[in-house]
Amino acid sequence: METGCNMLLLECPYCGVKAEETELSPGYEAHLKRFGPGSTDEEFEAYMFARKNPKGVHFERWRHTYGCGKWFLAARCTATLEVFGTYPAQVGEPPADIIEKIKARRPDWKGYK
Amino acid sequence: MSEPMSALNGAVSDGFVSIREIGPLGMVTLRCKADVKALPKAIKAAVGTGLPALRRVVVEGDRACGWMSPDEYLLVMPYKAVPDALAAVAKTMGKEHHLAVDVSDARAVFRIEGAKAEEVLAKLSPVDFARLEPGELRRTRAAQVAAAFWKEGEGYTLVCFRSVARYVFDLLATSAKLGSELY
Amino acid sequence: MSTRLAKGGRLIDRAAALEFSFNGKRLKGYRGDTLAAALLANDQMLVGRSFKYHRPRGIVAAGPEEPNALVNLGSGGRLEPNQRTTVTELFDGLEATSQNHWPSLEYDVGVVNNYVSRFLPAGFYYKTFIHPRSFWKHVFEPVIRQSAGLGKAPKDRDADRYEQAYAFCDLLVVGGGIAGLQAALVAGRAGARVLVLEQNAHWGGRAPVDGDVIDGKPAGQWVDEAVAALEGMETVTLRARCMAAGVYDHGYVLADEKVADHAPGDGRPKHRLWRIRAGKILTATGAIERPLSFAGNDIPGVMLAASVRDYVVNWAVSPGDRTVVVTNNDDGYRTAIALREAGLAVPAIVDARASPAGDLVARARALGLRIEAGRGIAKVKGGKRVTSVAICLQAGEGAVIDEIACDAVAMSGGWSPVVHLWSHCGGKLIWDMEHACFRPDPARPPLNHDGGALVVAAGAANGAMTADAALLDATAQAEAAVAALGMKPKKAKAPLAEAVVEGPMEAVWIMPQGASIELKSKMWLDYQNDVKVSDVQLAAREGYESVEHTKRYTTLGMATDQGKLSNINGLAVLAQALNEDIPQVGTTTFRPPYTPVTLGALAGEARGEIFQPLRRTPMHGWHEKNGAYFEPVGLWRRPYCFPRAGETHEQAVHREVVNTRTALGLLDASTLGKIIVKGPDAGKFLDMLYTGVMSTLPVGKCRYGLMCNEQGFLSDDGVVARIDEETWLCHTTSGGADRIHAWMEDWLQCEWWDWQVYTANVTEQYAQVAVVGPNARKLLEKLGGMDVSKEALPFMAWADGTLGGFPCRVYRISFSGELSYEIAVPASHGAAFWEALHAAGAEFGVMPYGTEALHVMRAEKGFIMIGDETDGTVIPQDLGLDWAISKKKADFLGKRGQQRNFLASGERWKLVGFETLDGSVIPDGAYIVASGANANGQGNTQGRVTSTYYSPTLKKGIAMGLLHRGPERMGDVVEFNTVKGGTVKARVVDPVFYDKEGEKQNV
Repeated sequence: METGCNMLLLECPYCGVKAEETELSPGYEAHLKRFGPGSTDEEFEAYMFARKNPKGVHFERWRHTYGCGKWFLAARCTATLEVFGTYPAQVGEPPADIIEKIKARRPDWKGYK
Repeated sequence: MSEPMSALNGAVSDGFVSIREIGPLGMVTLRCKADVKALPKAIKAAVGTGLPALRRVVVEGDRACGWMSPDEYLLVMPYKAVPDALAAVAKTMGKEHHLAVDVSDARAVFRIEGAKAEEVLAKLSPVDFARLEPGELRRTRAAQVAAAFWKEGEGYTLVCFRSVARYVFDLLATSAKLGSELY
Repeated sequence: MSTRLAKGGRLIDRAAALEFSFNGKRLKGYRGDTLAAALLANDQMLVGRSFKYHRPRGIVAAGPEEPNALVNLGSGGRLEPNQRTTVTELFDGLEATSQNHWPSLEYDVGVVNNYVSRFLPAGFYYKTFIHPRSFWKHVFEPVIRQSAGLGKAPKDRDADRYEQAYAFCDLLVVGGGIAGLQAALVAGRAGARVLVLEQNAHWGGRAPVDGDVIDGKPAGQWVDEAVAALEGMETVTLRARCMAAGVYDHGYVLADEKVADHAPGDGRPKHRLWRIRAGKILTATGAIERPLSFAGNDIPGVMLAASVRDYVVNWAVSPGDRTVVVTNNDDGYRTAIALREAGLAVPAIVDARASPAGDLVARARALGLRIEAGRGIAKVKGGKRVTSVAICLQAGEGAVIDEIACDAVAMSGGWSPVVHLWSHCGGKLIWDMEHACFRPDPARPPLNHDGGALVVAAGAANGAMTADAALLDATAQAEAAVAALGMKPKKAKAPLAEAVVEGPMEAVWIMPQGASIELKSKMWLDYQNDVKVSDVQLAAREGYESVEHTKRYTTLGMATDQGKLSNINGLAVLAQALNEDIPQVGTTTFRPPYTPVTLGALAGEARGEIFQPLRRTPMHGWHEKNGAYFEPVGLWRRPYCFPRAGETHEQAVHREVVNTRTALGLLDASTLGKIIVKGPDAGKFLDMLYTGVMSTLPVGKCRYGLMCNEQGFLSDDGVVARIDEETWLCHTTSGGADRIHAWMEDWLQCEWWDWQVYTANVTEQYAQVAVVGPNARKLLEKLGGMDVSKEALPFMAWADGTLGGFPCRVYRISFSGELSYEIAVPASHGAAFWEALHAAGAEFGVMPYGTEALHVMRAEKGFIMIGDETDGTVIPQDLGLDWAISKKKADFLGKRGQQRNFLASGERWKLVGFETLDGSVIPDGAYIVASGANANGQGNTQGRVTSTYYSPTLKKGIAMGLLHRGPERMGDVVEFNTVKGGTVKARVVDPVFYDKEGEKQNV
């Protein structure tokens, strides 16, 4: 699919603005676990470098930079650009309602882990 | 001590709407969670308004309070009123976790006035003005820089950072040139 | 010859005569003309030359699909090359010149390429200009450059202005023909916010030309009524002269409005680029007629049949007295009928079909027109103008049956829906056998953010090729779109167009079907790029089976018209050559823009002073008035130096350094980032952010800190001041404030959201001045208001107070090694404070200094600079900053990263100082050579210079740099490469060149 001009529309879950991509900053993959001192090389590598980069369902970090300044998370399909939902960043894993919605829309989806 | 000077010293431009730099204007950034009990009292004490709802600004005469984010408010007042407002916030908030800081000098403020004021902003900001609600404070960008604006009287009040005041003024004046009305 | 008819012309106003010029010739036209119509009315059929063979080219079409009739429009600041005459509205005083020829349009020497065309086959460039290698640069490229390119690039600054604007709607209707208007009526009546775009200045599309009858009224009347009804709807906006250029993610559409192309210099913006966000997009973009491939189909006078009809009906222009119509479908008959009704001769209708039938065929017969069924054109004769056609059996190989004298040929190869916008965001196509065309596949539309269809096609753009079918389709599509938007369409009957029964078309890709290679090498597919049937067949023979490869090999469809006329015919020829079905071969990718968008519109307001934001400090005006030479630092402009009359920049910098070290210097340091961090957990937070410990910093004191990213690489530095028990103020680098503030918020919001910390970026709240030099204290004492003595305000302390009546915060910090105060005052007082310092400092020898003097002085002191000593791969330990890294802290951002073996290794390039043996200055960016070479034969290196200056204090070149195991190699002599070749020898020394004990700053 041609997505040369990245012009996603994502609703900020904090302030409710349907922000276009130029009002946002990308923060790449969401739900990464930080590994600090004491972690193994493998753990650190996974934290720092290993990214899923899926064609399909993906969880991402976005910051409403030109708006309320808050970071939020988005679940979307990288292939069709369908957005399953956005949610606040202060969670360890995607909310249940978004998981349900993704399962309904993508029955073959293997889960976010 | 010198008189405080706004970034553009009150620059004016007339096109199909008029653009005016106003100020210096007193502004305080107040960071605090919305559920802190003392917050409405602190805002009342500082600027005399109620606590604004999500994305709203409450204007009372020459003072206002705007919702900037879930834990940030913008208090607007006359420039000289800031020290008292800061003191009032400090007193009311007491030991509650918050941050109140004078940002009057970090900002430039413009008035965009005229029946077609929205058309000037519609050239610079990706905002659906038909869906902007009464009393809504919109944070967005104006061309390449951050800006916030709200409707007030016959026009809009727009706030941006001081260092880009000239850029924003030139943007607004260019967008307001006669003959470039959108509708 | 082509001429203006005495009567008719629905779009022209004969009362408004206009004058224009073509190649200097003064000509006349009417308001409402396109430039193409006016040229034809003046018998100017020859308008340009083709790109490769420089063959004479005439007007082919009447719309944006035109491949030939491109001109240079205007002159000077309004010169625009490659303007399509078919969509250029005529205005009084218009100047046009033809392009791509030399010395003149009529006599072009480049046409020699035409006679050697058999030596210029597809892929000629790829095959020919490979050997010998050296010839490319010196022979081939200069010659190709000379002859390449369409039009002339303007040299003057654009005299016009452009702008952009945002628009929002529920339904965006693209196309203001009957389908688009009907769709807008349906959506508007349902209460939807509708925006309708039409690329032309007039509404209605083809229907009024084709003589359709809608609800018993002529189509033109129905269109007028529909437009009036839409204009009366509150929620509907109509915008003519506005071309939807591209469809992007989530309903984002770019559209180019030609606001004042037709009235240059009237004060309005020339173009306006609309950035539209639509809930749904309905494309009613119509269809484009295809040419037929027969020998000589590029000779001026051969035109698309419907375009011929457009010229006659819309502009009362006859392309020729005698026009032969050649067709594979019934629509071509409309042209024959229109010509005859305008009193013009149609010597024959050459119909490739064996037994044409249908209402239009019957009408043509009734008019007594000669129909040559089952026939094709063997060859068009003529040079710069058609003189006759030779006809043959379509089924045969081209044996001439008859030759018919004529001065125009109207060809119709069927119609292709305009599917560009449907395809931009991933909509798929299906092959329509009945009309031999690709059309949108409703089962595979481009998708929106909700997973539903983003685009629906309607009318001819959806394969509904007749007026009655188009109106029904538009109604149904609009109703469905409105329902999908959550609105209820009002019950209303769809308008009914009188049905015209048409016989089936017949797919004809080559005429005659058994044409010889000689004929095929005169059958043009792409007029602008000179691609012929024989070229595509050659590409197929040479193994270019993929349509994308064939496109690039032959350049089919790669000209400025992007193959609007040529792509389908080319695909069909390729499919035949490969013995495959057309849908199997597939199409090339449709990319925005639909038609070219001028760069001015894409830039919009961003030019001149507002090309990009320029950040100014409160003292910027003073700097400008006092002759500052500025340099960009991020978006800031900072004075690099303040040269005096007769001084070079270098001399100014040296003077500023010496004066600051011996007397008194002032630096505008307002750009330094300033971030307040407050809260019960602020100390803990800063201990995680900085490599050192900030939680233990006493109130009233300052501490230098380093920030690293999680990989451990140094990212920013600055002085942190403890304001009160819960509050710290963090200085960042100039230009680093927003990034570091965002970095802090990221960690606070996404990782440690339960920590009680608030931040605020107060960078611009303060104007900050560094008062530096042995006389610094004297100046502040003269201003008075607070105690700035060594005892009251020692090195690395800060205090609030007033100076000369200005409220201020004074930091005793130094980036120069001198006695230094950095003083922050509210920005609104910054200019006045700066001037007060200058006035009071005169007796102490005050001078402003710029960023370069700052750099020199910090380098003399061995202080690192983010961006000079660091480049994103350097850890603090590389720079000898171990003292600023806490050994005790269990964790800080970057700590784990720095433990990686290649960073912890002793084999790193590390910071040292360098002094050249001859006192010269090491060139910027120089590497330190090592023995041997790497696998690519490049010489090995063992380090590089990071900062290098002439030190006016020490009167010799000094430098810092990274050297393999540098600190262990004090006294060694190493060699740096130089720009001119050769090397310069330098001794490894301590990076602190000046006042090693730090006595000067601590007085």
